[in-house]
Amino acid sequence: MVPLSWYLIFAALLFSIGLFGVLSRRNAVAILLGIELMLNAVNINLAAFWRYGDVKQMTGQVFAIIVFAVAAAEVAVGLALVISVYRRRNTVVADEINMMKW
Amino acid sequence: MSFWNDPLKVAADWLLGILTSWGVSEIAAQIFIGLLGVVILLSLLMVLDIFLVWVERKVVSRFQDRIGPNRVGPFGLIQPFADIIKLIIKEDTTPSDADKVVYNIAPLLSMMSVLILWAVVPLAPRIIGVDLNIGALYIIAAGAIGTLSIIMAGWSSNNKFALIGAFRQVAVMVSFEIPMLTVLLIPTIFAGSMGLNAITEAQDIWFVWLAPLGALIFLIAAIAELGRAPFDMAEGESELVSGYNVEYSGMKFGMFYAGELLHAFTFGGFWAILFFGGYRFFGLEQVSAFLGIAVVLFKAFLGYWIIMWVKYTLLRIRIDHMLAFNWKFLTPLAFTLLMVVALMNALLAGVPPLFYVVAMFLSNVILGWIALEVARSYGRKERERIEGVKQVVELHH
Amino acid sequence: MTGEQIVFLLVALFTLSSGVMVVTTRNLVHAALWLVSTLFGVAVAYALLNAAFLAVVQVVVYIGAIAILFIFAVMLTRKEMRDQGPQMNQNWWAGALLSVFVFVGLFFLLQGWSGLSRTASEMPVGFDAISELGNALISPDAYVLPFEVASVLLVADLVGAVYVAFNRR
Repeated sequence: MVPLSWYLIFAALLFSIGLFGVLSRRNAVAILLGIELMLNAVNINLAAFWRYGDVKQMTGQVFAIIVFAVAAAEVAVGLALVISVYRRRNTVVADEINMMKW
Repeated sequence: MSFWNDPLKVAADWLLGILTSWGVSEIAAQIFIGLLGVVILLSLLMVLDIFLVWVERKVVSRFQDRIGPNRVGPFGLIQPFADIIKLIIKEDTTPSDADKVVYNIAPLLSMMSVLILWAVVPLAPRIIGVDLNIGALYIIAAGAIGTLSIIMAGWSSNNKFALIGAFRQVAVMVSFEIPMLTVLLIPTIFAGSMGLNAITEAQDIWFVWLAPLGALIFLIAAIAELGRAPFDMAEGESELVSGYNVEYSGMKFGMFYAGELLHAFTFGGFWAILFFGGYRFFGLEQVSAFLGIAVVLFKAFLGYWIIMWVKYTLLRIRIDHMLAFNWKFLTPLAFTLLMVVALMNALLAGVPPLFYVVAMFLSNVILGWIALEVARSYGRKERERIEGVKQVVELHH
Repeated sequence: MTGEQIVFLLVALFTLSSGVMVVTTRNLVHAALWLVSTLFGVAVAYALLNAAFLAVVQVVVYIGAIAILFIFAVMLTRKEMRDQGPQMNQNWWAGALLSVFVFVGLFFLLQGWSGLSRTASEMPVGFDAISELGNALISPDAYVLPFEVASVLLVADLVGAVYVAFNRR
């Protein structure tokens, strides 16, 4: 029997790894990769709480499916923005996209 | 449950009895029997794959008014073995600067994505790998892994043509997944479940009579997913020098090629299961499970023959025409078909079966006719626009 | 150690190591491929949680669409085939420290909850998760409104992404 704590700690670890990716990488696409890891960690959390709570209440799974949709939407727009920025400024390094810095 | 009716359970129980009498723990015996089943299924599939190479070459030769291999063995039946030996003893090249790990994993992933499809194929009423209640969605998931393997192959070859071919192929595959997914919901509506066993059990009347347009859209989307002609822009030999598999030689290319043939056969099988009754044939599958398997394989071969027929008759379509066809015609048509089928299914809930079948069939035919008329009028306007421009150009001589 | 625990530990090890490779590897295409293996590990975790639909949708949506989108974006935004230059920020140690703090904070937060070590109850017999999920998504006193809002979000996202990335020649 796998206790709930194992799933939650697994999700927390995955979330921290994603957070490290977001905060430390230079390439904008790599930052988006870290965001994907964080969203997956949240989804595991939701699914685990669905399973270890009342299985007849589908709230956990519905929430997880909405998170799937939102993650897909955010990745699409994020990557579109990155590609558009690359076309204009010819760089995807996040530090060099600093025209609006004061 | 005699052996002829339920061979898997009888064999598994017998093996379990032998293993536990030797002192093996029950769980280990169960795992071993499961693995043994997987190995047997995969071996039979690979033997079938070899046979499919021969079938493909004979059929293409007959379509092209020639005889095909007939020297090696009776009717050329040993020819595929000669092909395999040739591929195995070929030099296994790897391009310099290619990404070695990705380059070597791509053909494995491609073959894997085909073989895992057979876990959900119902071969007989009680012979199925895993009776997933989301079997229809699992098919799309396995296709997604295949898409990934193609882009890995194209990128890791360090070759511009391979990359362009892979991009095009992946664009086509991802685009045509949408009408396929939508049309997969139609047998789900009729059967009330996504599990392939449940869909087969619910086909007292074959679903092709209830939704012929759905069967047609599934066939077109499946042929595009497979990357076969007329949608083989990515790997046409005369177009992109064989696209994503240009840098592969020897058995790695053999895996791509054999995987593609087995994939085509598998989708012929899925077309048969989803729309043509699967293992059902007027109660024949109740007599013996092996007859059920024979019926499925026969129908799968018929589906595969139709896919080959389409390949060797039609010309290749240009990539932008392919994508325009999908997004502007096939996807709206699939969505409309799903809505019409769901609506008719709900409206005609309690009517006698013959009336139901005729009404669904007619609604499909009418929808198909309307779609063709819309496409025709659009084509007419395009032609008039182009011809109008042409006339203006000629006047200005 | 029951079999289920061993399987979960293997899956968690696989997923977390793939995650670490995602955020530390220099070659971005390799990072996208490690993301694919991470997502696959997460799909296996869903299957372990008896959420079969979520597992299959994870493979179809994340691996079949999002990961491929990432691979395309990586290939379209590089000046040459090789990756050059450092791939970590100047202050990457601050990022590492912060993520360790976040994990430790979450861990202590969880320890304070009493229901932490509960084990899973048996799935009710004959429970068809798919039909229950379908009912929950479209029944008016369940979650039809978030479902419809999510679909409007996806349409807006589709139009927005095409508009932003459109190449006006």
